[in-house]
Amino acid sequence: MQPADILSSLFPAGHDVTEAGGLLTGSGRLDPQTTVDVVGISGKTYPGVDEALALAGHILSITTRPDPAPLLFLVDSGSQRMSRRDELMGLSETLAHLAKALWRAEQAGHRTIGLLYGGSAAGAFIATALACGSLVALPGAWPEVMDLPSMARVTKLSLDVLKEKAAGTPVFAPGLDNLFATGAIAEIWDPARPLCDQLKALLAVTRDDDGRAGWGLERGGRVKAAAIAREVQRLALAHG
Amino acid sequence: MTSPSPTRHSWYEESARGRLAHLLDLGSFTEFLGPERREFSPHLGLFNLPHQLDDGIIVGTGRLDGRPVLAAAQEGRFMGGAIGEVHGAKLTGLLRAARQLKRDVVILFDTGGVRLQEANAGELAISEIIRATLEARAEGVRVVGLLGGRAGCYGGGSLIAGCCSALVISEQGRLSVSGPEVIETNKGVEEFDSRDRALVWRTMGGKHRYLIGGADLFVDDDVAAFRAGALAALERPSALDQAVLAAEQARLERRLARFGDAADGAEVWARLGVAHPAGVPDLDTGAFLTIATSKREGADAAR
Repeated sequence: MQPADILSSLFPAGHDVTEAGGLLTGSGRLDPQTTVDVVGISGKTYPGVDEALALAGHILSITTRPDPAPLLFLVDSGSQRMSRRDELMGLSETLAHLAKALWRAEQAGHRTIGLLYGGSAAGAFIATALACGSLVALPGAWPEVMDLPSMARVTKLSLDVLKEKAAGTPVFAPGLDNLFATGAIAEIWDPARPLCDQLKALLAVTRDDDGRAGWGLERGGRVKAAAIAREVQRLALAHG
Repeated sequence: MTSPSPTRHSWYEESARGRLAHLLDLGSFTEFLGPERREFSPHLGLFNLPHQLDDGIIVGTGRLDGRPVLAAAQEGRFMGGAIGEVHGAKLTGLLRAARQLKRDVVILFDTGGVRLQEANAGELAISEIIRATLEARAEGVRVVGLLGGRAGCYGGGSLIAGCCSALVISEQGRLSVSGPEVIETNKGVEEFDSRDRALVWRTMGGKHRYLIGGADLFVDDDVAAFRAGALAALERPSALDQAVLAAEQARLERRLARFGDAADGAEVWARLGVAHPAGVPDLDTGAFLTIATSKREGADAAR
């Protein structure tokens, strides 16, 4: 699905979301009573310092408002922009700042929901989709930490060998099913049903603490993380 | 370069365990889920790679000048300090305990980022670590990052560092998302020549980060200096509220407005008013700090 179709399915009562320079901003009406703020990265844009800062600034203007409107983050990005200038200007600080702004929105009473409908990768994925309180995806989304050809270069394994290994485990290879199995994604939405109903259903359920490692265990894609974190936490609390 | 004092003991050259031993009060450290528990990566065998019994990170509790702290140290000599499922979960668990105990945390970064052989688990672990860090800070917990390890602090590791309440860096500390080799591989040698070590230091090295406010304290590559730096960083505030984030937004916007079209680190330093920017890499710590203190952009707790 493309942003125009997604937005009209999400907001049958209308929206004013616009795109500029690969970034989406605006709001939509889920129903006559419920307004949802929208931000996004579209068109496989690679966010650098400028894009990350623009998005964070927009989100931080929402968090000053007293209303509890949810914030939807549409994601179809590349990885973080890879350039000398972006690193010179402190891209790590800027992407972390974006993640902090999303976390701040939750603190200020705005549910943050990432909707991954296209690509995302590496540091951009961490600072956008994965930094939302809840993350959902549409079929056809393609999240990846690193593409397999690059991974083949770094690991010095052939692409065929990597593909063969990927068939047996969801732990390293790109793709929606693999990221779902490791617990990154709460739900995969059905594009044949109105997205507004699926968003309403998600908003009706209170978000708990970070339960992603638990999903990884249930889905068999990341079976150790939950127990390891719990055990370290237990030992630290027992030590006092 | 920095003139070595007779008693200097390199942080960069030390192992993760060695750094912890020098950082914390003598004999005060207790490790959680140490090598004897044999909780190593279940994924490296698939790639016929050796595992390490602590999965490349040591987490535990100790004292810093009498003050109780939780501590985590990444081992850059194992898989480049890369973050996999077990490695990441150990840090997440430590940060969750820090929130409950309201106890400050010191993270000794030494990482290339996500461990590619378990990329999805590592990526997600970084997201969980970031959330646990921010939730600990919301309770007033200080999370201090120390940056001076041999693997640098790259990829998702640099985003975790960006969420810390204060950062201590040495000249050898490198902090960036995409490493030099990654930029060169993707964008070509014209964009970034990863073999040009001077360019690497000017773009992502400790002096540059300190001058633009990307780190709060600059110290010698010395274990005692890092201990003093960690103690000073633990005195800094940890508040993470609307005001702090608005101040960080303004600080980062000001940086882009002031330096966003600079072609090189040396040009940024010239605009800061440093008289001989080309000479900055050669300054020893004392001379560098004399100049930096009056010219640098400070973060002023807007982090």
